Amino acid sequence: MCGIVGLFLKDKALEPQLGALLSQMLVKLTERGPDSAGIAIYGSAEPGRAKITVQSPSPSRDFPKLGSELGEKIGALVTVTVKSTHAVIDVPEAKAQEAREAIPELRPDARVMGAGESVEIYKEVGLPKDVVQRFGIEKMSGRHGIGHTRMATESAVTTLGAHPFSTGPDQCLVHNGSLSNHNNLRRELKREGMKFETENDTEVAAAYLSSKIAQGQGLGEALESGLRDLDGFYTFVVGTKDGFAVVRDPIACKPAVMAETDQYVAFGSEYSALANLPGIENAKVWEPEPSTVYVWEH
Amino acid sequence: MNLSTPVAVQSREVNYAPRVFDLSETPLRELNQALHNVGEAGDEPAWEVLNPKGSHAVAVGVDKAVAVNVRGSVGYYCAGMNDGATITVHGSAGPGVAENMMSGTVVVKGNASQYAGATGRGGLLVIEGDASSRCGISMKGIDIVVRGNVGHMSAFMGQSGSLVVLGDAGDALGDSLYEAKLYVRGSVKSLGADCIKKKMHPKHIERLRRLLERAGITDVKPEEFTRYGSARTLYNFNIDNADAY
Repeated sequence: MCGIVGLFLKDKALEPQLGALLSQMLVKLTERGPDSAGIAIYGSAEPGRAKITVQSPSPSRDFPKLGSELGEKIGALVTVTVKSTHAVIDVPEAKAQEAREAIPELRPDARVMGAGESVEIYKEVGLPKDVVQRFGIEKMSGRHGIGHTRMATESAVTTLGAHPFSTGPDQCLVHNGSLSNHNNLRRELKREGMKFETENDTEVAAAYLSSKIAQGQGLGEALESGLRDLDGFYTFVVGTKDGFAVVRDPIACKPAVMAETDQYVAFGSEYSALANLPGIENAKVWEPEPSTVYVWEH
Repeated sequence: MNLSTPVAVQSREVNYAPRVFDLSETPLRELNQALHNVGEAGDEPAWEVLNPKGSHAVAVGVDKAVAVNVRGSVGYYCAGMNDGATITVHGSAGPGVAENMMSGTVVVKGNASQYAGATGRGGLLVIEGDASSRCGISMKGIDIVVRGNVGHMSAFMGQSGSLVVLGDAGDALGDSLYEAKLYVRGSVKSLGADCIKKKMHPKHIERLRRLLERAGITDVKPEEFTRYGSARTLYNFNIDNADAY
């Protein structure tokens, strides 16, 4: 099963509520996947700064002095905001790559969940309501976000196996379905130099899109390529710094419903996820077509 | 048709008096139990269901000729196994609306998701918006009228009954079709295996006219439709088709 949601705000007035809206959408889909949950929030980017979200199995050991040690190592001002098992590290954009390389040296057990100018990614094992509460997602503002609640079918129930998967700057992906050619694709992508943290099929889809985008394709083009190269069942919702995209495989047996008003575009695995959004009574509600790429950008 | 032997239903702490069920206050099971407990349908007024908010299995297994109006959009399997009721969804329906309907009428004012009317044995399903993929899959006697378009693989393995589409049909319409009758007014993206275009004879026009009338559709004429049906070449194994397996 799995449940996925996405919310892209057109109306700035709703931005302070993004986290709250996305949280209640995800909690509504708990029955579709109670194993683990995750959310990616795209907030406003601060010019010249980058964010790295890391997760640690021992946050009280790993996080307290991370800011000062990392700052010293890369020679820059670093701030660390800790939220439960995750920490968002704010670094100068020019030093972002250096910081990413330094983190595993300083904190071998910490894992990078995602990085970019605006994305913050939070995911853990547990029910959606507990995961969103743990990270205070409901208080977060932002321009768009995506979320996932997992019922694992093909790889372990772990924090790293939870979605969203992020394999490129400000890029992340959530997936309902299962891929059948991910092992082959993973080998090909590894040969191209992509790095993988898990044996999960969704990570391969995310890395595939990141690889296409790195080769110069736009988000829409990368997803069109994916329709040719990814085999299996999938409904994907993808986030980038400025955008949000939806695509379903040609068979389209994984459910999907969308709603659009003047204020937002919303995606849910089921209508129940959308049922409490403002103005839903008068929204345009439809099912995205199979093999069709939908992209919205700010 | 009620195949079960009537048994005494134990009294439950359920208030049957009001026929308005607000699902934001009342559990879904109470609604469905009350619908299943209806004695003589003639005694029952119209039922109103408020705030469904995408709930699954709203008004499933109703077997009396009651009228149920659902005010809002529903999730999976609304009006499934309907046997005699008239159920109207004033919104959109999730996957499997009116699945395995036996008799009665189900109307969806908005769009319907995949496999609407799947395996239905009788009754009439009217979708006023679009239906997505696999509409009428394995239909076995149900009549389905869709005012908008239907998605791919609609009427897959349809055995009997009719699928009427006022708009367009997606890929592989009527794949592996048995004797279900398909009428499409718009375009068909592609026909499935063993599904072919057929001539509209006067008896088909008459049949379609009656069906459109039952669905309350008065603004289109049966002559505007094209009929599709089974070429009947897949009914039995033929050694010449071995390569297709």
